[in-house]
Order: sequence, then C-alpha cells, then structure tokens
Amino acid sequence: MSQEAIPGTESDRIAQLPAKPRSVWASPIRRREARDGIVFILPWFLGLLIFILGPFVAGFYYSLTEYDSLLPANWLGVENYRRILFDDDRFWLTVYNTVWYVCAAVVPQVVLGLLLAVLLNQKARGITVFRTVFFMPSIVPIVASVSLFIFILHDRFGLLNETLYQVFGIVGPNWLTSPDWSKPSLVLWSLWGIGGGMIIYLAGLQGIPQTLYEAAAIDGAGALRCFWKITIPLISPTILFVVIMGIIGSFQIFTPVFLLGSANYGLAAAGPMDSLLFWVVYIYNQGFFYFRMGYASAIAWLLFMLLVVLTLIQFRLAGRWVYYEDEAAIR
Amino acid sequence: MLTIALGRLEGKSRKVAHFSLVYFLLIGLGFLFAMPLVWLLSTSLKSNEQVGTWPPVWIPYPFVWENYFVAWTSGRFGLYFFNTAFITVLATFGQLLTASMAAFGFARLRFPGREVLFAVLLATMMLPFVVTMIPTFILFKNLGWLDSFRPLIVPYYFGGGAFFIFLLRQFFKTLPNELFEQATIDGASNYRIYYQILLPLSKPALSTVAIFGFLHHWNDFLAPLIYLNSPEKFTLALGLQQFIQRTEVRYQEMMAMALLMTIPVLLVFFFFQQYFIRGVVMSGIKG
Repeated sequence: MSQEAIPGTESDRIAQLPAKPRSVWASPIRRREARDGIVFILPWFLGLLIFILGPFVAGFYYSLTEYDSLLPANWLGVENYRRILFDDDRFWLTVYNTVWYVCAAVVPQVVLGLLLAVLLNQKARGITVFRTVFFMPSIVPIVASVSLFIFILHDRFGLLNETLYQVFGIVGPNWLTSPDWSKPSLVLWSLWGIGGGMIIYLAGLQGIPQTLYEAAAIDGAGALRCFWKITIPLISPTILFVVIMGIIGSFQIFTPVFLLGSANYGLAAAGPMDSLLFWVVYIYNQGFFYFRMGYASAIAWLLFMLLVVLTLIQFRLAGRWVYYEDEAAIR
Repeated sequence: MLTIALGRLEGKSRKVAHFSLVYFLLIGLGFLFAMPLVWLLSTSLKSNEQVGTWPPVWIPYPFVWENYFVAWTSGRFGLYFFNTAFITVLATFGQLLTASMAAFGFARLRFPGREVLFAVLLATMMLPFVVTMIPTFILFKNLGWLDSFRPLIVPYYFGGGAFFIFLLRQFFKTLPNELFEQATIDGASNYRIYYQILLPLSKPALSTVAIFGFLHHWNDFLAPLIYLNSPEKFTLALGLQQFIQRTEVRYQEMMAMALLMTIPVLLVFFFFQQYFIRGVVMSGIKG
C-alpha cells in the first residue's frame, strides 16, 4: 500500500510530501546547482553540436549532392547512392576486400585472443612478464609497426621469407606485391596486436569465481569440460564485446591498409590490383584525392548504415548465446 | 584445459607436465611476439651490409649509431618530434580539462535534461568517425584552418571524447557524497569543489585519460594526413610515412625512426602500467 492510498484532505497530502521543492528552479541552491551543471557540460555540449551532430547531418546532406568543396554543392538526390550501388565496380571490390579482412581478422582476434588469455591466466611463475610481452605489440604506434612489417615481409630479404627459404626450403610469397597475399599480410600484422583483446579477456577471466572450478573438479569434470561449461558461458558478455568492437573496428580500418597499399604504389593506389582498397581507404580516395566530397559522404553513410544494422543484429543474436549472471540470479 | 592430454597422469607428475606445457607455449609464443620488436632494435643499429643477410644478424657489429643521426637530420625528425609533442600536449590537456568538467556535471550536479543528454553522450560513443570526417574537414576548410595544428587541437577543448567523459563520470560517482556535501555546507562553490576536491582526488582516473589521450595524439595518422600539407608542419607519423614512400629505402634508418617514435610510448607504458591496463579493461566493461 502506498502513501497515496491513505485518505485525507488535500492539505494533509501536501504536508506529507517531502520538503524538497518540486521544481529545480524553486530553491536558490538548486537553481545554482542547475546553472553550474550546465556551465560544466557546456564545452561538451557545444562540441556535440559543432563536431558531431552538425557534421553528422551535413554529411547526409552532402551525400545527396555533388560537391568538390570549392563550388557550391549541387543537389543530386539519391543519384550518388544509385551510382555507388549499381555503377561502381570499385565499390563492390571495396566491399569484398573489407568483408574478406573482417572475417579473416576478427575470428582469430576472438578465438586466439581468448586462448592466449586462458594461457596467461595460469598461476605460473613470471606470468606478468609474459603478459607484458604479449600486450606490448598492441601499443606500438601503427605507423611504426607497419614500417617494421614492411621490412619483415619484404619479398627477397625480409626476415619471414628468408627464414621460410633457408630453414624450411619454401619459397615465400610476395607478401606485399601480390594481390593474393596483401590481405593475408594485413591479417598477420593484426595478429601481432592481439594483446589488446587478450587483456580484456584476462580481466573477464579473473572475474570468474574460482569456487566454480573447484566444485566442478570435485564432481569429476575435466579441464576441457570446465572450459566449455564454465569459462565460455561466464565470459560470453566479454566475447560479445570483443566480437562487436572487432567487427566495427575492422570495417573502419584505415592507417595500416593505406600505408601498406601506398608503400610501393603511390598515394592514390590501394595495393597491387586494388587488393587493399578498403572502405575507409576508398572514402579517403574519393574525398581527399579526387575531391568528390558528396560521393565520398555517400560511401561513408553506407558504411554507417551497415554498421548500425550489424550491431543491431549482433545484439539480437546475443540474446541466444550470451549469459548474464545478474539475469540468471533474478530468475 | 592444457592438461587434457595428460589425463592419465596422477598428482604431482601431472602438475609438472601441465606447467611444462604452459611454459613451452608461453616461451614459444612469447618469442614470436617479442621477435619483431627485437628485430626493430637490432636493424636500427646495423650497417648497410648487415641488413637483410642470412643468417640474420641479431646483435649488430659494430653498432652503427649514425643511423639515428642520419635519419634524424635527413628526415627533419627533430621538427616532427617537436610538432607531435606540441599537438599531443595541448590536445591532451584540453581533453583532461573539458572531459573532467562534463563528467563532473553529469556525475554530481543536477540540472534539467541531464539524463537525456547523458543518453545522447552514450549514443555518440557508437558513432563511427567516418560519418563526420568529411563534413568536419569542410568545416575547418571554411574556417581557413587547413594546414595548421588547430584542427588537431581545438576540437579536444569541446568535451574531449564521449568515452573519457563516461570513464571519468563512473569514477566521480564512486567518490563519497559526504565530501561534497560538507564542502557545500562550508560554502564552497561548485567551481572550487571541482578544482580543489574533485580533481586532486581523481588522479588515477585522470592519469588513465591522460595516457590514452597521449597515445591517440602521438600515434594519430589520419587526421594529420588530412589536415597538414607543408612538410614543416608534419608529425612523426607523417614523417615516418615519407620514409615508407621513398623508392630508395634504407631500412636501418626507417627502423631507427620507427623505434624513436615507439620509445616514448613504451616509457609511458612501463611507468604507468596499472593505469594503462585499467583503461583497456574499462573500455571492455562498458560493453
């Protein structure tokens, strides 16, 4: 039974209300607090309007125009989108390349990252040193690590091909100059930075109560069974997070692709036979190389819409396999 | 899981086998992960003859320190180093200042529309940068700010990034209420509470923001690529890219500059490891 149910006159009910003013503007203290609050968030709020919402809306408008950033924008309607989707073979090559990379890079990031985290979650002596070794590559500046990989993957005297040839007698592929191997090279580079995801998993693993494993061991469960029945379900929210962030991030990958793609072929190029023409690289190409800002905006908006749809689908699917401990407790 | 194959072994010997396998994997994989960085260091000190030979030279003889000198001067890296540091310091300061302000507002002060605005803030974390990239470029072009450091600094004085605001707000929420109430009763204004109580108490969270801000600006490639044209305004990332583009590449010099760009990052990592890991993990918790 709530307070309102008690019969009484109007004045009685008002007397029962807490002394707090009903409107934030009613007391001078609350008024000052509200004013200060607005002052404190003001820089962010202006930034929201100027650097996020404004460009967001403007970008959609540009995507419906022909605009070279010098002459006034020329209204086209959906013509850019029509041309991209139906007349632009390079766009579909872009989609193919990007999706290829997303599939090839996210799966190892998710699976190997987790296995590595399990390995580094062992109570072994000196484990923190190993954690550092695996994590460090993920913070090396991208331009630096790509320079390093360009050297290691050199066709003739790179360390990888030299080792393959001298030790195993295999003639290695032309990693960066062959259209078939440029994307695998990129995947190789991304595997080196797997430590970032590994640390996130590690935090998740350390949140699993040890008693669960002890109880399972008493019941005679083997290590593999424990992994499938305890570790995987309890860490599934972290897996979902790594999957979503991995997919969103991989779709938008730019710096390493651009650097590898332009290394031997000049700034407008995207690797051998456009094999490194990725979504954001294509946006950069159209927008900042050919100054087709409207066309580039439309490509960007297509990526945005795709990412929104993918994220929604993943959250929908997540309900089937992600296990949230708090929810289970409520049931 | 690693003990599966060893199921038949008992007690102590099983444990020994388990840890042998763990160390075998750790050392094997650890070598693979550490090798590129060792190779980077080693190559940067090699003479031209020792680059790309077989068997690989891991410890160069003699150490050719001139590589650093030659690359530094020929690539104007001193200037790039200064430019990068200048942008990084100013932009990171802006992030710390305005993100902590916004976070204080969202965490501690009640004002109309706060919950709605906070929801908007969370939504903007999901917004991919590519949708705003081109219009933002046009905005700065119209302002006449192209080929200056302003597009790389000024936006960070407007909130400094939704994720950092979120991270700081979560931290501010954990501070005891009594502290703020007492200060208010003693007549301190919210501005005073902000810089005399809140900021000094929030050093761990602010350090995390500072480190991630530093990393972002130090490593950033796309924004400098779009906004900077004249070579004397280049950052380290752009300077290194020029090395990559050269037709006649001297790898030992390229590696020397790559290492110089990496060293500050590694130093920050080793000195502030706990903030580092916390930041990475925080980015995971929000999911």
